[in-house]
Amino acid sequence: MAQVTFEEISASDFFYRNRDIAGFTNPTRAIFAAIRELVENSLDAAESLKIPPEIYVRLSFEGEASRETQIYKLRVEDNGCGVPPRHIPSAFGQVLFGSKYKLKQQRGTFGLGGKMAILYGQITTHQPATIISSTGMSRIYMYRLMIDIQRNRPIILDRKVFLNKEGWRGTVVEFSLEGDYLRAMPKILEYFKQTAMVNPYANITFVDPKGRLYKFIRATTVMPDPPKETLPHPYGVDVELLQRLIQVTPYNNMLEFLKNHFHRVGEITARKFLEFSDISPSKNPKRLSHEEIVRLMHMLKKFKEFLPPDASCLSPLGEELLKTGVLKELKPEFVAVHQRKPATYAGHPFIVEVAIAYGGEIPQKGGILIYRFANRIPLLYDEASDVSVKVINEMNWRRYKVTPDMPIAIVVHICSTKVPYKTVGKEFIADRPEVRREIANGLREVARQLQHFLTRREHVDRERKRLGVFSKYLPKIAEFSTKLAGKEKPPDIEKLLRSVRRFGVEGI
Amino acid sequence: MREFKSIIERRKEVLTNLENFGLKIYEQLDRGYFPFIEMPSRSTENIYYDPRFRQFILGDKRVRRSTRNIRHLKPFAQLVWTALFSYELTSQRKTSTLRDVYYSAQAYEMTFKDQQESNNIITDLETVLGFSREDFNIFPEERSAVFGDLTIRYTVPGYEGKTLNLTSHPDGVMIGPALTSAEFVETTADKVIAIEKGGLFTRFIEENVHKKFNAILVLTAGQAPRATRHFIRRLNRELGLPVYIFTDGDPWGMHIAMVIISGSANAAHLRDLTTPDAKWSGVWATDIVKYKLPTDPLDEIDMKRLYELQKDPRYKEDPLWQREIKTFMKIRRKAEQEAFSRYGLTYIVDEYLPAKLEETKYP
Repeated sequence: MAQVTFEEISASDFFYRNRDIAGFTNPTRAIFAAIRELVENSLDAAESLKIPPEIYVRLSFEGEASRETQIYKLRVEDNGCGVPPRHIPSAFGQVLFGSKYKLKQQRGTFGLGGKMAILYGQITTHQPATIISSTGMSRIYMYRLMIDIQRNRPIILDRKVFLNKEGWRGTVVEFSLEGDYLRAMPKILEYFKQTAMVNPYANITFVDPKGRLYKFIRATTVMPDPPKETLPHPYGVDVELLQRLIQVTPYNNMLEFLKNHFHRVGEITARKFLEFSDISPSKNPKRLSHEEIVRLMHMLKKFKEFLPPDASCLSPLGEELLKTGVLKELKPEFVAVHQRKPATYAGHPFIVEVAIAYGGEIPQKGGILIYRFANRIPLLYDEASDVSVKVINEMNWRRYKVTPDMPIAIVVHICSTKVPYKTVGKEFIADRPEVRREIANGLREVARQLQHFLTRREHVDRERKRLGVFSKYLPKIAEFSTKLAGKEKPPDIEKLLRSVRRFGVEGI
Repeated sequence: MREFKSIIERRKEVLTNLENFGLKIYEQLDRGYFPFIEMPSRSTENIYYDPRFRQFILGDKRVRRSTRNIRHLKPFAQLVWTALFSYELTSQRKTSTLRDVYYSAQAYEMTFKDQQESNNIITDLETVLGFSREDFNIFPEERSAVFGDLTIRYTVPGYEGKTLNLTSHPDGVMIGPALTSAEFVETTADKVIAIEKGGLFTRFIEENVHKKFNAILVLTAGQAPRATRHFIRRLNRELGLPVYIFTDGDPWGMHIAMVIISGSANAAHLRDLTTPDAKWSGVWATDIVKYKLPTDPLDEIDMKRLYELQKDPRYKEDPLWQREIKTFMKIRRKAEQEAFSRYGLTYIVDEYLPAKLEETKYP
C-alpha cells in the first residue's frame, strides 16, 4: 500500500490551491475579479450606512511580468462605513473572516472575495497590501500587511495612525497584482456600466492604466432600504446549522429553542410542529442525539404549516430605482419594470425584478440584449447557461409584437439571502422551478407593457402616416381641380383637413 | 354617330368633359365634402361580351373612388392631375406619349410608382369620361403605318388645312397623332387590307398591291395599337370600305385579327375601336393544309392559347373561328405569311391574295 500523508491545510492555503473556484482562473479573469470583489465590498460598506456610495478605482501600470501579463497597482477608495482598527488585519489578511455570515442579502457571502484578491496579488507579486481606513472617528489607520498562507494569519509589516482632521470616513485598499488589462478591459468596462445600472445612486470613477477616465454619475440619491438580518427559516436548515444552533442556544427546551432561533416560528406553530414530529416540547435540545438531529431536520422540511419566509431580509432595488438605472445607462425610448412579490425556494426568500427596454440607444443587434444581476452584482460570464436566458429564449415573443430585429434589452435581477448560483464562480443562476416561474411571470408582465407601447406607437405611426397622405394629396386635388375648372380661387380645404385630424391621436 | 363629327367638334367635346370633371371635384371641395367620383368597374366580373356591339362592354357594376378613403386618395389626385395634363395637351394641341405622362407627373410632385401605374390612371380617366386616351392627345409609341390612295387633311397646329396623299411615301405613312386627327378628303380605293408584318407590307407596296387590288394597305405591326384600330374603323365607317386582315397562321395571328374586329377586354370601357365587319382572310389553318405550306409545330403555349380562344365568346360569333381553331388543334402546325415564298416571291400576291379576297368577299 502506498504511503499516504495527511496534512491539515489552512483556509488560505485551500483557496491558494483552488483559486479557480473564486474566479481567479487566469490573468484576464483575475484582474476583473479583483476589481469586482473590491468594488462590491465598497458598495456594501456605503450601503450599510445608507449613504450614496462614492467609489474611486484606479489601475496603474507597474511593469511587465511576462510577455503577456503585466504588473498593475490597484487602488479602490470608498466612503463606506470603514473598518474598526482592531479588525483591519483580520478583515484583509485572514480568509473566511468577515461580517458576512449572517442571513441577509449581501453582495458577497463568504467574506472571501476581497481577501482572495489580496492573496492573489501577494502570490503573483510578493508585495504587501496597504489598507487605510477610518470609521469617521478621530483617527485614520494605515496597515501594510501580507498573509501567512499556511497559517491563514495576517502579517503586519507596518502600522501608522493619523489624526482625522477632516472627518474622513471610508476605506482605501491598494495592492499590486499580475494581470492582463488589455484582454480584461471590455469585461471591466461592461462591469462598471452594469454596476452603475443597478446602483443608480452610486458615483463610480475608474481610471485605467492608460490614464483614461470613466465616470458613472449617480442619477438619484434615493437608496433601497437596507436588508434586515434574519433567523434561518426551518425549510432552509441543514444538520450542520442545527448543531451550531444547539451549541450556542441558551434555551433548554425544544419549544423555546424553536421559537427563538427560527424565522416565522411562534408559540402556536412551534407546538403544532412538535406534535407533528412527535417531539416533547420540554426536551432539552442539547440532549438530542445525532440521529435525532438528522430526524429533526427532515421533519422540519416535511412540516407543511411553516409560514413562508418574509422578505424583510431582502433589499430589492425597487421599480423606481431600476427604471432610473436602466434609463441612465441604456437611454432607451421606452422602459417597463416590474418587481415580483417575494417567493421562496428551499426556505430561502428571493425577489425577482425585471425590466424591458426598447429603442433609443439600445443597439439593434439581431437579438435581445440580456443583463443579468444577482444581489445587484452584474453577471457577465456564462450567459447561455443562465436560467433567465433560458426563460427568455422559451418565451413566445411574437405574442408581444416583439421581433428579433428590434432593439430590446432585458434586465433580470434576482435578490436573495442565498442566490441559487450554479457554480462557486457565481456567474449564473441555476434553473430552479420556483425561480424560473418568477422570472417568467415578471417577464410576461413587462412584455405586456412593451406590447401596449408598441401597439400604441404603431397606431400613432399609422395615424401620422394617414394624416400625411391627406395633407399631401387633398391640397393637390384642390389645386388641380381649380385649374381644370378654370377657377381663380382654390376651394377651402382646411375644414376637411381638420375633420381628418379629429380622429387622430393627441400629440400629433 | 360620333365618328362623323368633325375632329374639331370632338376636341371641343373632350375639353368640355374634362372641364366639367374638374368643376365637379372643385364644387364638392368648395362645399366642404370629400370629393368622390363613380365609374363603371373594370374588374373581370364586370366585363361582358355584347353580341349587339360585337365587342366587350362593361356591366352595370360601378366603383366609387372617394377621397375620404385613404387608399383612394393618391390615385384620385393622380387622376385629377392626369385630367389637368390632358386638358393642357388637348387645348394646346400638343401630343404626348404614355412615357411622357409618367415623367411629366414628377414635375408636379405627383410621382407614379411605375409606367404601369400611370397607364392605369389614364385608363381610369378613359373610363370616367368615356373617351380614349388618343382623344386626350396621349399616344403610345407608334409603329404601324398606312399606304394607299387616300388623301387626308391635317388638323394639327402648323399643318392645318394641308393635304397629303398616302401614296406619297414608299415606306408608308406612320399612323401617329397627326394622321389620327386628320380628316379624310377622298379616295379611289375600294377596300382595306391590314397586314400583320412589316416585311409583307413592303412586299405588297413593291408589288403594287394597292393598284392591282385598289386597296389601302395598313401595317398593324403585330397587335394593332388602339390608334390603328380606330383608324381602320374610320376607313370602314366613314369611307364604307370593306376590311380584310392578313396575319400569320397561328393562334396569335388569328387573335390580332379578332382584336381589330371585336376589340379587347382591356378596352371594354371604350367604343369606336372595333370594326365588326372586318374579315380575317388568312392565313387560316385550312390554308396551311390546302397550300401545303412549310410549317413549325405548335408548342405547348400555342396549344394552351387555342383552348382559351375556343372558349372566348368573340370566337363563337362566326363558325369560321371554331373551324379554324379545331383545324389548328388537329394539324398541330403553324405557318408564317412568309411561308408562301416557297412558291416564289410573288406567289402570295399573284395567287393567294386574289383567291382569299374572293373567298372572304363581303356579301
